[in-house]
Amino acid sequence: MSAGIDLENVCCDFGTFRAVDDANVSIRPGEFFSFLGPSGCGKTTILRMISGFIEPTAGVIRIGGQDVRGKRPNQRPTALIFQNLALFPLMPIWENISFGLEVRGVDKATRRRKAEDLLRLVDLPDAADKMVSQLSGGQKQRVAIARALAVEPSVMLLDEPLSALDLKLRQHMRAELRAIQKRTGVTFVYITHDQGEALAMSDRVGVMSQGRIQQIADPREIYNTPVNGFVASFVGENNIFEGRAGAAAGGMAAFDTEEGRFRARLAPEAEGKPVKLYVRPEHTVLTAAPGTENSVPVTVAEVSFEGPFIAVLARTAKGRAIVSEIRNDGQATVPQMGAAMHASFAAERAALLPDASVRG
Amino acid sequence: MHKFRLGLSHLYMGLFLLYLLLPLVVMSGAAFNDSKLPSIVPWKGWTTMWFSEMIADQRMMVAFRNTLLVAVAVAVLAIVVGTAAAILVNSISGRLRTALYGMMISTILIPGVVIGISTMIMWTKLGNAIGTDFILFKPGLHLSVLGQVSYIAAMVMLLVLARLQSFDAGLEEAALDLGASHAQVMRRILLPHLYPAIGAGAAVAFFQSIENFNVTQFTRGGADTLTVYVFSKVRSGITPTINALAFLLICITLVLAAVYEVNRRRRARAEAARLAQARRAEAEEGIGAA
Amino acid sequence: MQDMIRRYGPGLTLIICLLVAFWLVMLVIVPNITLLEQSFRPYLPVAEIGGPRDTYSLGNYMKVLDGTVEKSLLGISFTIPVHVYTFFLTIFYSILVTFICFLLAYPLAYYLAKIVSPKSLPTLLLMLFIPLWVSEVLRAFAWWIILAFKGPLNAMLLGIGLIDAPIRWTNMGYTGVVVGLIYTYVLFMLFPLYNAVQSLDTNQIEAAEDLGAPWWKIHWKIVLPHSKPGIASGSVMVFMLSAGSLLVPSILGSTTSQWFTQTIDQWFKDALDWNTASAYAFLLLILCTLFVTVALKLFRVRLSDIAK
Ligand SMILES: Nc1ncnc2c1ncn2[C@@H]1O[C@H](COP(=O)(O)OP(=O)(O)OP(=O)(O)O)[C@@H](O)[C@H]1O
Ligand SMILES: [Mg+2]
Repeated sequence: MSAGIDLENVCCDFGTFRAVDDANVSIRPGEFFSFLGPSGCGKTTILRMISGFIEPTAGVIRIGGQDVRGKRPNQRPTALIFQNLALFPLMPIWENISFGLEVRGVDKATRRRKAEDLLRLVDLPDAADKMVSQLSGGQKQRVAIARALAVEPSVMLLDEPLSALDLKLRQHMRAELRAIQKRTGVTFVYITHDQGEALAMSDRVGVMSQGRIQQIADPREIYNTPVNGFVASFVGENNIFEGRAGAAAGGMAAFDTEEGRFRARLAPEAEGKPVKLYVRPEHTVLTAAPGTENSVPVTVAEVSFEGPFIAVLARTAKGRAIVSEIRNDGQATVPQMGAAMHASFAAERAALLPDASVRG
Repeated sequence: MHKFRLGLSHLYMGLFLLYLLLPLVVMSGAAFNDSKLPSIVPWKGWTTMWFSEMIADQRMMVAFRNTLLVAVAVAVLAIVVGTAAAILVNSISGRLRTALYGMMISTILIPGVVIGISTMIMWTKLGNAIGTDFILFKPGLHLSVLGQVSYIAAMVMLLVLARLQSFDAGLEEAALDLGASHAQVMRRILLPHLYPAIGAGAAVAFFQSIENFNVTQFTRGGADTLTVYVFSKVRSGITPTINALAFLLICITLVLAAVYEVNRRRRARAEAARLAQARRAEAEEGIGAA
Repeated sequence: MQDMIRRYGPGLTLIICLLVAFWLVMLVIVPNITLLEQSFRPYLPVAEIGGPRDTYSLGNYMKVLDGTVEKSLLGISFTIPVHVYTFFLTIFYSILVTFICFLLAYPLAYYLAKIVSPKSLPTLLLMLFIPLWVSEVLRAFAWWIILAFKGPLNAMLLGIGLIDAPIRWTNMGYTGVVVGLIYTYVLFMLFPLYNAVQSLDTNQIEAAEDLGAPWWKIHWKIVLPHSKPGIASGSVMVFMLSAGSLLVPSILGSTTSQWFTQTIDQWFKDALDWNTASAYAFLLLILCTLFVTVALKLFRVRLSDIAK
């Protein structure tokens, strides 16, 4: 039913421009896998190579272990959900959903039955005879999913399917998509530039930048131990310090900055490379007395109340901004503007990371 | 806007409509005048005699049938060729597209006389060169059809191309992705989207063919079409049978125009209702999700 | 092309290309090349075709210069070959028709685009379209009735006392032809103009009014320049149709009006000399191409804009 996908050294060039560079990833059967990255980083291109609309310039793509080179989209066991859904406006909903069956020569009664089953699955039981223009955005979304499921694909490819919806509905559909994926067991390859979406829905995430896959890991690992500065900044906020790393010992290293000497984690593969120090605002604490390690005296410059947390922007004597987030548990004390305090962070929470890996 | 000028502009519109429609009324009116000459003055009394004479006019009936045959053939060919041309132009780009497109629309600007003579000469010469007596290579209405198609196809092409530009090529990809063959994509996705334009193209081609004179005149051999027949009648002895014919044609036009208008309004209403429903669904969803 | 094969598959792509090739090659290019080739051959009895006398020459084109007439213009009298004279008169009157059509259609186009209420617009447009669906020959015939010596126009003018004796409208040189051509083709000027004016942002007009510009200045400085593409396509259409018309000059022409298409028709149908007819037809084609090119250059628009 569901199949894995392997990309081995896949490249894609448009003229002299390399849109995807040496992509290697192995997506497991039944997995919910997301590609996350900024606009133009090559996400859609990867998806279109898997579905067969573009042939890779180099490398091999396997679906369910089979090399799919030269196979046209209609010969691959994939179903693509388009960025703009691409529902057929001139067909009623049930014909839209059963189109894939119609072209396979399935008779009308069976098609109709199947369409109604799928409409129940996506929670739209009464829509069979409506036209596409009668549906709302969220309903169209579900129809597109039902249409893709109708051909019983072993892989579903979704290209930013929720980007057209408003915030509330988007969050609702996240849960729904995830539920449908679990129910059907089909491999989902999901594309998004929204980190929240990717982290909340996926079994694993591949973060991309400029045509390169930067890191492949499960959402926690992506957030907690990003492999480079790009991943760290794309997935969440950071306080960043420039400086020079000393020798590593036991995975930790000293880091000299103009604010003083810090200690932070240093991965073995980053040793010897130029690195910066990254620490999340929620791991940065502000106290009246100096912290036990990695502590800098600061002055509170700005306090903004965000609801679930309070963001405090403080400045060092050299003018560097440091942000600290305090969880709003109802009794948290908010620092006063202009107060002199100390910012500090635990060495285990801070990482010394190189910049993104780039082509060439 | 100045009141006086506004009134003046309404007046001008009225006069212009009068200018356009009055000649048609005069022509229709003459069909009922009991006078040997087609005119409304002097009025010699009411008659429907010219209609019965028209029906009795064998040559006119033959010409009428020929006209319909030619028009249908032209419409079919022009639709096929014009649609293919539109699809081709729409899916290529660069220099080739500019050149092809330019050549296609320039056919509209070639004088009918030139099309008629060149079509006639080419096919008869081709027949002589091959040394065949096959009917295709002799003067006749089939050459009129080919000549007319040569520029009417461009009109269909323009209509279809305009419609194609509103087509989302993603739909084709979606259908292919769902396993459809290229032929199925064409039949189920692309052509249905183009049908309104193809229909309009068929109507335009049909009427253009009916009113064509120049091309037909040079290619028809001995056969008559309505336009050619009316022309020869006007030049020689006119009887008001022509007016009777004109009256009928104008009536048909009016009926078609009315049908079109009613249809247009109905479709606009249906579309508005659908959009309203989508908006309602959208609103409910907002409440449901919140 | 690669893109097209991907979209429609090799089979359909081939069919589409063949259909277009049939149209452009068999119905357009080859006929016109044949026309050109034929125009350089002499008119010979069937037996001599392909014989020693069947050689290329400019003979057919030189026939334009045969037979001269005495004419005077602005007090200067001169002789001019008949066919050249016809040729120039055809151009002159076609331009006249085009110009009058523009004068008639422009206020109306502006009215339809900017003044009339949007509700009654579709109905008005439909009414304007009706004459377009009635065939050209009948439109010319209608004016033949109206302009007849004992016809309604004379009757009306006599009735209101504007004239004392009926006028022979269709025997006043090109009067009948011009009247007929204007009536037949004015709509081909109106619709492109309407489209062009319509695309003008009404705010621009209102801003100009607000700044105190008089109405004629608004038209001269804002509406007209904006409508250039529409004027160009309307003019090209009307000129081509007028210069190429055979029906209207044949029906509404007088003994002293000769249209160039009629000359071609006579070579083809009466003299049965297809070769000379070809040469003349080719001259007409060149004239038209020239006119379109000049008009496009003058108005700085492209051929592809015309087609809208
Ligand atoms: N057919 C093409 N020809 C040339 N360049 C292309 C083509 N398709 C994509 N590109 C380029 O490749 C790069 C990656 O495009 P892609 O569509 O994969 O980005 P994306 O990550 O999906 O972005 P978005 O989030 O905006 O959809 C872009 O810079 C784009 O300009
Ligand atoms: Mg994309």
